[in-house]
Amino acid sequence: MAVIGAAREPAVGAEPEAVGAVPARRRRRGLAPSLLHNRKAVIGASLFLIFTVMAAIPGVIAPYNPSAEIFDPGLPPSMAHLLGTTSYGQDVFSQLVWGARASLIVALAVGALATLLAVMVGVSAAFLGGVWDGTLSILIDVLLVVPAFPLVVVIAAYTNGANLWMLIVVLVVTGWSFGARQLRSQMLSLKRREFLEAAKARGERRLYIVVFEALPTMTSLIVASFLTAALYAVLAAAGLQFVGLGNPSSLSWGTMLYWAQNSEALNTGMPLWALMPGVCVALLGAALALLNYAFDEISNPALRPVRKRSGKVRRG
Amino acid sequence: MRFVARRIGFFLITLWAALTFNFFLPRLMPGNPALAMLSRFESRGHLGPQSLHTLEIMFGLTHQQSLWQQYWAYLGNCATGNFGISYTFFPDSVGREIAQALPWTIGLVGVTTVVTFIFGTIIGLVSAWFRGGKMDSIFPPLFVILSGFPYFWFALLAILLFGVTLNWLPISGGYDTTLVPGFNGTFIASVLQHSILPAITIVLTSLGGWALTMRNNTITVVAEDYVRMARAKGIRQWKIMWHYAGRNAIMPNLTGFGIALGFVVSGAVLVEYVFNYPGLGWMLLDAVSNEDYPLMQALFLLITVAVLVAVLAVDILTVFLDPRTRDGS
Repeated sequence: MAVIGAAREPAVGAEPEAVGAVPARRRRRGLAPSLLHNRKAVIGASLFLIFTVMAAIPGVIAPYNPSAEIFDPGLPPSMAHLLGTTSYGQDVFSQLVWGARASLIVALAVGALATLLAVMVGVSAAFLGGVWDGTLSILIDVLLVVPAFPLVVVIAAYTNGANLWMLIVVLVVTGWSFGARQLRSQMLSLKRREFLEAAKARGERRLYIVVFEALPTMTSLIVASFLTAALYAVLAAAGLQFVGLGNPSSLSWGTMLYWAQNSEALNTGMPLWALMPGVCVALLGAALALLNYAFDEISNPALRPVRKRSGKVRRG
Repeated sequence: MRFVARRIGFFLITLWAALTFNFFLPRLMPGNPALAMLSRFESRGHLGPQSLHTLEIMFGLTHQQSLWQQYWAYLGNCATGNFGISYTFFPDSVGREIAQALPWTIGLVGVTTVVTFIFGTIIGLVSAWFRGGKMDSIFPPLFVILSGFPYFWFALLAILLFGVTLNWLPISGGYDTTLVPGFNGTFIASVLQHSILPAITIVLTSLGGWALTMRNNTITVVAEDYVRMARAKGIRQWKIMWHYAGRNAIMPNLTGFGIALGFVVSGAVLVEYVFNYPGLGWMLLDAVSNEDYPLMQALFLLITVAVLVAVLAVDILTVFLDPRTRDGS
């Protein structure tokens, strides 16, 4: 998880030269057109859309009931069973389609709740300052350094056979601090800006200043916070379910992996059963990571791809 | 100096928070799950009064002492490294079991962490230096995509490819169990052979983080005036890359490396699980599935302490390496 966070470290010194290298019309673009012109964003968004459709109408896409154990076990892929069947006689493709829902719920719920928490704690710490900032910063930092996955494992171990909502709560608790840290430092640097001072001088209420003046300028950070938390949630949830710490009777990609591993699907000629749920997790994860990186490129022009660097190769 | 004192204060607060969390978690759960564990202990053999007492105050199974007294006794036990008896490895103490698994994890995850740090940093530096070049158009997008992959999935893929299909490498365990562990050539060769697939999995999945951070930092640094100045002076390109850009861009990666060394102890939990590798990560999940709470809690504390010590060490080192952090403000 730290690895993903690392990708957006240096938003500090976007050099004026680097901005100048970008044609002027690109700079004036709004957020939506910039996204459409960014290849990473388009790929990420399309993948995400496909999974959303899968999660929304699995009954229409999947040919069979995903939990019905009615077919011959361990069938190879065929037209009737696109990805073969499990050793319990279920259709792998149908399970895959139905499994999208759980992963997407976890991603969206954890992403939204963790971001909400990050905004509330991070922004108010910076805005209130003083003792508040001290206390909240320590809270953020403590959760930031405690190793998340072992912590999640320990909590899940006690909440035996955790259901989806418990899983979401655990992931929110362990996943919000990264965004909070970033939002706090952004708010700290905004605090002394003129437009906030002006709002204060006008006598606006503090809540108004934060919500309507400060937050809109932090949109890209809030989006990044959402995507980072969602990605963390998808991967951590899949890992937990894979080792049997989710609810094994629920239907998700992680539990598919758990049952496949339990039946030694890799060694018994059913590799698709063990690999395809992982592919789906990976594609959903990659979609979130790509969107995240694209947003980073758009908000930090220094990271945008350049075509030609030195004068030597320039051809008009 | 004030900075260092503040960091030590933070270290102590976090440590206290982790210990306290560990103490209250089993007590907060409905129908204390540790109660069932204690009765299962009886079936394994007789617990001495000393070990029974340790477990009682660890999980809140006694009514003879107030919560406050239990809390202090628990903190005392943690300070002296007394974490009770393991259920899985009865009647061995938790500490002894952990000591046996520790070298496996440090060997596997420690070595791969150092290797990925070095290679990742170099890849990041070089691809940022030759911005828009071949390397820069392949690696960064690849790494971004890989960062979204569940890393245990690579372990499954590696097993299918090199273990099941090609049958080149062993896919389970830390060594050939028909051998007697000892310091001899065959045993060491077996250990190395068993570590190849887990090691490759870890390297492939964690290389990208180092490379992307280094690349993005280098891009920012390359635009600095002192790099342009060095170019104007006609200093050789590779020297500017290493000594001007690299040296200044590596700071965040160095911080990350220090913290990653702390995370070595937590092992690569899921990779160890997939390969049945006898390290601490595997042991943590094993403890969980056996409901061996003493072992699980001790492992969690050990992992947390290792990370906290690493963070503290990095903070103090940063003061020496980066003059900007030395200012009084």
